[in-house]
Amino acid sequence: MSEKGVLALYWAASCGGCEIAVLGINEKILDVAAAFDIVFWPCVLDGKVRDIEKMDDKSIDLCFFNGAIRTSEQEYMARLMRQKSKVLVAFGSCAQEGCIPGLANATTKEAIFQTAYHDTPSTVNPDGIRPQTETEVAEGTLYLPFFYETVKTLGQTVDVDYYLPGCPPEPERIWDAIVAILENKLPAPGSVIGAETTVCDDCPRTRDEKKIKEFKRTWEIVPDPDICLLEQGLVCCGIATRAGCGALCPTVGSPCIGCYGPNEGVEDFGARMMTALASVIDSDDPEEIDRIIHEGIPDPIGTFYRFSLAHSELRRIALPANGGSDAKLETAESA
Amino acid sequence: MADERFEPKIIAFLCNWCSYRAADLAGTARIKYEPNIRMLRVMCSGRVDPSFVLKAFALGADGVMIAGCHPGECHYLEQNYKTMRRFSMLKHTLQAMGMEDDRVRLQWASAAEGVLLAGAINEMIEQVRALGPLDWPKNWSENGNIEEAIEQLVEEHAEAMEVPV
Ligand code: FES
Repeated sequence: MSEKGVLALYWAASCGGCEIAVLGINEKILDVAAAFDIVFWPCVLDGKVRDIEKMDDKSIDLCFFNGAIRTSEQEYMARLMRQKSKVLVAFGSCAQEGCIPGLANATTKEAIFQTAYHDTPSTVNPDGIRPQTETEVAEGTLYLPFFYETVKTLGQTVDVDYYLPGCPPEPERIWDAIVAILENKLPAPGSVIGAETTVCDDCPRTRDEKKIKEFKRTWEIVPDPDICLLEQGLVCCGIATRAGCGALCPTVGSPCIGCYGPNEGVEDFGARMMTALASVIDSDDPEEIDRIIHEGIPDPIGTFYRFSLAHSELRRIALPANGGSDAKLETAESA
Repeated sequence: MADERFEPKIIAFLCNWCSYRAADLAGTARIKYEPNIRMLRVMCSGRVDPSFVLKAFALGADGVMIAGCHPGECHYLEQNYKTMRRFSMLKHTLQAMGMEDDRVRLQWASAAEGVLLAGAINEMIEQVRALGPLDWPKNWSENGNIEEAIEQLVEEHAEAMEVPV
């Protein structure tokens, strides 16, 4: 092994924001390059999968893997990087909890293909062609990866050593994690590298146990600058969300949407939010409660599981073949 | 055996002070209810985090009941009102997930209401039996033949990636 550590960075179902976040550590990237040989980073460096395939097992010291798993190719890469890496870090929300790609679990593969290849106004596809996993051409057979019905997290696919939360992780937290790794001051395997407090703990607003009669959408009010947003009726997820961002959104009057993932000990982000919101509703009358909830939270999946549907207890909506009602699917599609 | 009847598995969370005693009372009074229910005693219905219910479904339950003291009679004052609000939130979310309403039930039963609780249990079992098995984990286990696709990929790499000399 070289004296320097060996580092790899990979992406699967993600938006590229995590890659930008890595570069957000600015000139410290040079310190990273001084400490590590970067052997694989498709976004930034030329590199070939076959070169990784030829490496000895566990010959990569550290792999930052961002993105969820939604195709067979991504699953293959997850397994390959696991096999070749000593420490595999689920980097960012997609790898940790599915994030926005995981919202595909609120619909079906069929509905996604229908939208992407037929229904969008910008699609011109008179022959109704869809991508095939195998296509015969004169030169032989061409293959495409297999598209999954259900998006998975990295941790649902392979063993993960550490999780670095955030959509994307804040550059300071990335740097903290790199330092922890270099100085060998890592927490217990399987844990999240991050704070154990919530966004509320970092939020400068004051809370005074006020209850509410209705939930408001962000465009409906100009929030008071000093009072807790939840107590003003905005669905703020700070209470369930791990600190790490510095409470950026609530500080400037926009409710937390939960991009830093569930706080320590929270297994299901949505369940934590349901509990928190139930405590602020000012009603003991079942009918009024139903009305407040149905009117105020028209999209419970998008509100409670925006970042964590794939990682939630239920992981996805019911499939039509498995008792899921078609009526539900139509709403999911139109939403 | 002809015509096997579907026997649903129903998980019930009962509060220590009212509903669990109602179930005890049903027992001592020899009021029968069907054996499809698995009861878990909690101190208060307010102890039931929505994640308990979600987890029960994720582990294969066909239905979940939460039972507690009547509103206004909770031994921890306001907690069952919280239960009521959480339940509404949970039900709204489960609907969005495509789950049938009858698979969750919030039942108030005082310590004296053994008959009422037994009746509610039997009714819920019948409703869930009519719906059939839920088998929620099956929803995410149908990702197609992943192993085959991955083997294909490995073969393809082996064939295509070496540059011919
Ligand atoms: S003690 Fe029975 S519901 Fe609270």
